[in-house]
Amino acid sequence: MPREKIDLEQDIEYLSILNEKGEIDEDLEPDMKDDLLLDLHRAMLFGRRFDERMLNLQRGGKMGTFAPIKGQEAAQLGAVACLQDEDWLVPSFRETAAEIWRGKRPENILLAYAGFSEGGVIPKGINNLPAAIPVGTQTLHAAGIGYGIKFKGKKQVVMTFFGDGATSEGDFHEALNFAGVFNTPTIFVCQNNQWAISINRAHQTRSKTLAQKAIAYGIPGIQVDGNDVLAVYAAAKEAVERARNGEGPTFIECVTYRMSVHTTADDPKRYRSDEEVEKWEKRDPISRFQKYLKKKDLLSDEEIEEIESEIKEEIKKIVKGWEKKKKELEGRVDMFEGTFAELPAYLVEQKEEFESELPEKTEKPEEPEEPEADEESEE
Amino acid sequence: MAKLTMVQAINLALHQEMEKDEDVVVLGEDVGVDGGVFRVTDGLIDKFGEERVMDTPLAESGITGFSIGMAIYGLKPVCEMQFSGFGYMAMHQLEAHAARMRARSGGRFHVPMVIRMPYGGGVKALEHHSESREAYWAHTPGLKMVIPSTPRNARALLVSAIRDPDPVVFYEPKSSYRAFREEVPEGEETIPIGQSEIVREGEDLTLISYGAMMRPTLEAAEILEEEDGVQCEVIDLMTISPIDDSKFTESAKKTGRVVLVHEAPRSFGPGAEIIARLVEKSFLYLEAPIRRVTGYDVVIPLFQREFDYLPSAERIVRAARETLDF
Repeated sequence: MPREKIDLEQDIEYLSILNEKGEIDEDLEPDMKDDLLLDLHRAMLFGRRFDERMLNLQRGGKMGTFAPIKGQEAAQLGAVACLQDEDWLVPSFRETAAEIWRGKRPENILLAYAGFSEGGVIPKGINNLPAAIPVGTQTLHAAGIGYGIKFKGKKQVVMTFFGDGATSEGDFHEALNFAGVFNTPTIFVCQNNQWAISINRAHQTRSKTLAQKAIAYGIPGIQVDGNDVLAVYAAAKEAVERARNGEGPTFIECVTYRMSVHTTADDPKRYRSDEEVEKWEKRDPISRFQKYLKKKDLLSDEEIEEIESEIKEEIKKIVKGWEKKKKELEGRVDMFEGTFAELPAYLVEQKEEFESELPEKTEKPEEPEEPEADEESEE
Repeated sequence: MAKLTMVQAINLALHQEMEKDEDVVVLGEDVGVDGGVFRVTDGLIDKFGEERVMDTPLAESGITGFSIGMAIYGLKPVCEMQFSGFGYMAMHQLEAHAARMRARSGGRFHVPMVIRMPYGGGVKALEHHSESREAYWAHTPGLKMVIPSTPRNARALLVSAIRDPDPVVFYEPKSSYRAFREEVPEGEETIPIGQSEIVREGEDLTLISYGAMMRPTLEAAEILEEEDGVQCEVIDLMTISPIDDSKFTESAKKTGRVVLVHEAPRSFGPGAEIIARLVEKSFLYLEAPIRRVTGYDVVIPLFQREFDYLPSAERIVRAARETLDF
């Protein structure tokens, strides 16, 4: 009778291509077009600056609670850069940069975090699900969407994001299991940013890696340096290709760091040291990518400055457009549409009651308002 | 027309809707090869294959969340919770996502799914197999909650639920699964969700119920006619949410006396909502306090005593007489 080691036929690899000094492993360097590299750089920088502006707006009382992405730009953008337009994105609540990459309008992100449900509207043609706040729940939708893709015989894939905390949730395990059993074209991207509010990674699970949880479900798993956009891209590209070829799901653990707060309602000084944050600041995903692009002669310091100022202008315009839109929406309330395709009788009654309570907010203007002066020309 | 049990009638609805619409997919624990533990999905896998009749891993939240993804993508999943007592695992997915997706995405996505669950007592089942907790689902904006009472209306309501563009929780009274047969037409038949039915007309007293409790309620109406000469008007709600209050509020105006019956616990149960609406819309016509014949607010006892817990025709008759004598 044997007592012997079982060959699980799977190992967990760690992938790092571009280190924090900007040094590259040329054997592993992914084949990426210059335009894509520059687009990614711009998107990462935009993600960082937009995040900073949002924090600023929130601190100024103009916006509600949100979850900053600072430090996680590479982990999310490197992954979504592998998707085609017709593919699907199933985000959690910390994928602002990825959502923008996939066509979500930054004004709408601001609107949603300023408390207007209109910001959550997903336009036709963009296959992004709305951000999911209940941790880990959305991973199951990605498994189900993957089944739909397979059922219809399409060549699409679906990518879902979640954090290290989500790997403790039952839904995450059920999602990996369903995706494995039904071999769906689903890419599970974990942004392991080391902290689930105040609970650190070591406290979340005794597992050495999160990636190894893939082994339990019989699907490929890989751990990558999540602050290395090239490594994230390379791993995601392999996973997307496998999914598109009918070879099923993959779990990618991006080891990254939440450089800012969990949400704006959080004070990380209560649970983590400044030294730890400083250590990770040295591993910043953007500065190392810039070093790489400069070495490749794709980018100069002057060009970085130019991009910075373009982004600044762009964000200014976005904020201005958002403030205007907010004013338009402040006078209107319609909370009844969208509960069902058709309002049942009791909701029609409640809607009428509501409209009689707040006539000034629910009456439709009879005449179109005078066109406002063009703000641009006032400057 | 064939005389079918409720199990056969639901099976007929699934067969016909799957034939009609290739996007209808049935999934759940043991629904494929085994045909479901109650045989509701019997024969579907042979006809439609395992891509459309999916035996899933044993995970209720997984089945529900997976179905939500399928529905968002454009399929019409009909998923089964083996027993409603295990359906609470689906609550988070239904509340947080299925019920909200239309509103959250500004109408871009919606979730046309049905989640079937056998519910209720009276079959000498194990613990966790006998509850009646429809109020949980009915309390959730964005979810519809349907409970049929006979083979024919089960078939017609399930067809409507499958075609509904929004998520529908479909409770099946398992004590009625094989208890009696009814003529069910082979041809298509639907009953709109959100519509109640007057199943017996009368002038003296209004009895309101739904699901498995329709049988003792109708039995009570017979007894009251035979022994007391009382004509009861009996209303079958069929849909708990969105509730149709048009018929029972009108009936109460006519009779002035109402007894309502459900096996769910009394406090905060569907009866409380029905009474609220009667007070709002029929108050000035009421001649007597409204009586609730319901399950008690206790953990439902194991099966030796479950019939002491469940409303019976005798309990309904007693409450009706007190209401009539008031």
